[in-house]
Amino acid sequence: MYPCSCSIQQWDSDEPIPRSELLAGVAGKHGLLCLLSDRIDKEVLDAAGSNLKVISTLSVGVDHLALEEIKKRGIRVGYTPDILTDATAELSVALLLATCRRLPEAVEEVKNGGWTTWKPLWMCGYGLSGSTVGIIGLGRIGQAVARRLKPFGVKKFLYTGSHPKPESAVEFQADFVPLAKLAEESDFVVVTCSLTPDTKGMCNKDFFSQMKKTSVFINTSRGAVVNQEDLYQALVSGQIVAAGLDVTTPEPLPTDNPFLSLKNCVILPHIGSATYATRSAMSVLSANNLLAGLKGESMPSEFQL
Amino acid sequence: MRTLSHLRRLKTTLVPEFHSWCKLQAPNAAGKQLPRIYVTRRIPPDGMKILSQSGLCSIEQWDSDEPVPRSELLAKVAGIRGLYCLLTEKIDAEVLDAAGPSLQVVSTMSVGYDHVSLEELKKRGIRLGYTPDVLTEAVAELTVALLLATSRRLLEAVHEAKNGGWGTWKPLWMCGYGLTDSTVGILGLGRIGAAVTARLKPFGVKRFLYADTGPRPDMATKIPAEFVPLEELARHSDFIVVCCALTPETQGICGNGLFSLMKDTAIFINTSRGGVVNQEDLYQALVNGQIAAAGLDVTEPEPLPTDHPLFKLKNCVILPHIASATVATRNAMAALAASNLLAGLQGKAMGKEVPL
Repeated sequence: MYPCSCSIQQWDSDEPIPRSELLAGVAGKHGLLCLLSDRIDKEVLDAAGSNLKVISTLSVGVDHLALEEIKKRGIRVGYTPDILTDATAELSVALLLATCRRLPEAVEEVKNGGWTTWKPLWMCGYGLSGSTVGIIGLGRIGQAVARRLKPFGVKKFLYTGSHPKPESAVEFQADFVPLAKLAEESDFVVVTCSLTPDTKGMCNKDFFSQMKKTSVFINTSRGAVVNQEDLYQALVSGQIVAAGLDVTTPEPLPTDNPFLSLKNCVILPHIGSATYATRSAMSVLSANNLLAGLKGESMPSEFQL
Repeated sequence: MRTLSHLRRLKTTLVPEFHSWCKLQAPNAAGKQLPRIYVTRRIPPDGMKILSQSGLCSIEQWDSDEPVPRSELLAKVAGIRGLYCLLTEKIDAEVLDAAGPSLQVVSTMSVGYDHVSLEELKKRGIRLGYTPDVLTEAVAELTVALLLATSRRLLEAVHEAKNGGWGTWKPLWMCGYGLTDSTVGILGLGRIGAAVTARLKPFGVKRFLYADTGPRPDMATKIPAEFVPLEELARHSDFIVVCCALTPETQGICGNGLFSLMKDTAIFINTSRGGVVNQEDLYQALVNGQIAAAGLDVTEPEPLPTDHPLFKLKNCVILPHIASATVATRNAMAALAASNLLAGLQGKAMGKEVPL
């Protein structure tokens, strides 16, 4: 037990807090510790009232927070970058490899008797050796992904984003290119940008139509960066060879969603940062962010509004 | 018969002379005396092209995606000069006897040669070609893919996404073990083992250990990796990756002795050969929580029957021996095996030969 400078009210469940509970629970509170599954919008902020001075989220993404409304009210925001970079980049690469080397398909064949014997051209996938990798969003996670992909024999890194980042790119000799060029030239596209009004729906049918037929598309950022219907069409029509998604719209995907029955699409249930060590570190950081905010001190990780 | 075996011994030392000798036996324009070779499967196009366009042999082939039945193999090898096989064919005294004294080269489309009886080949002066290097990258890549799929529970997670187990985001749901700050132990620091360490390094591995028949400074220094006894590898590794060849020394080396020393949070990965692992002991180790999880690309037998107990375990990932399975790699293997075979037929140096 640790000494605490606040009195705590908690939705003490593994299940998400119902909206009505949230609206009732925030009334009069000075601090709010939330998850990415809690939409903190004007309604919640109004329900909280004028005591609220700090919101601390257990995530690096802040797209679930109404940032303008929060800024207007002078509320501070804490989040959890950096400490989840390794785990998320690791999962992004794990997903890329599982997709291009067809692991879930292969496991399925093993279980249903489709594995008869070693065959030269059975279950062949696409390797990273000699490939061009395009990173959409060369931020902390994007760089960590590139670093992990490098020794697999990637020949060229490309990246795109709101502006070039030469200091980050030099490690990979990555070229800053327009989105269309990244689509045309990449064998692997990895999306690691944040979800903003500019990136919403950015990966759409124009994008997929420009990609190579042998290319693999990986998204571990936020579901809404992708136009999901367009991606589905691209996969069934063979515009791209395969996709791997750790994030979708909505989350969870309903079990009858057609994506879940595509052989060339691997869907993970948003486990990017899911290692014991990382989730532990995230909870400690978000708690410390919150306490610092309550005391009016500087936070270990404050999101600049 | 004695004359032929003398000649065979001579040929391995007097290659240039043998090359001329070969030319005397070589095909005439009509190809009537082309040495016969047997290819045990339908092989990728890059390999087939090299064989068929060489003009150096007449080819018989089991032109199927399924393995050649044993009886067919024994019948068809009679009198051949060269045999092009896969790892699915056991090349033992029975096959070599059936082939007879004409056989001078065996070329396998694999880097492993545990399916070939080296003793029997050596006795008969038959040369052996294989396919190292061209498959190192693909195999190391799949090994890391399997490690990550196991440690981050990808297959479990895919299943939960499909069967309704995926609720909303939860802090402690589906957590796995990360590579950051871990110790990785490689059993067999050869070409593939070293390539695996190169790929794991940027994931934040703190320490690489390796066990082997002896120290391998050529591979270990640049990683760097420490040479340790197998017991120490077991005790200290968070991840153990098996990349050694299957030999009488490594048969069953991963058994209860190893698993009982391992951490209960450790992950065990095998992409070498099924025979290196005592599967019954592995099953017990997984069921009893002696280790956290295992990923296997190779089993004993292959395929593993669908009712095998290992399939009942959530913490065991089994792949159908696909480590070298990219189109580019399989074509490169086929081509190298073809070149090895033709070199053997001509008494020339092979691209990649197993020293016998």
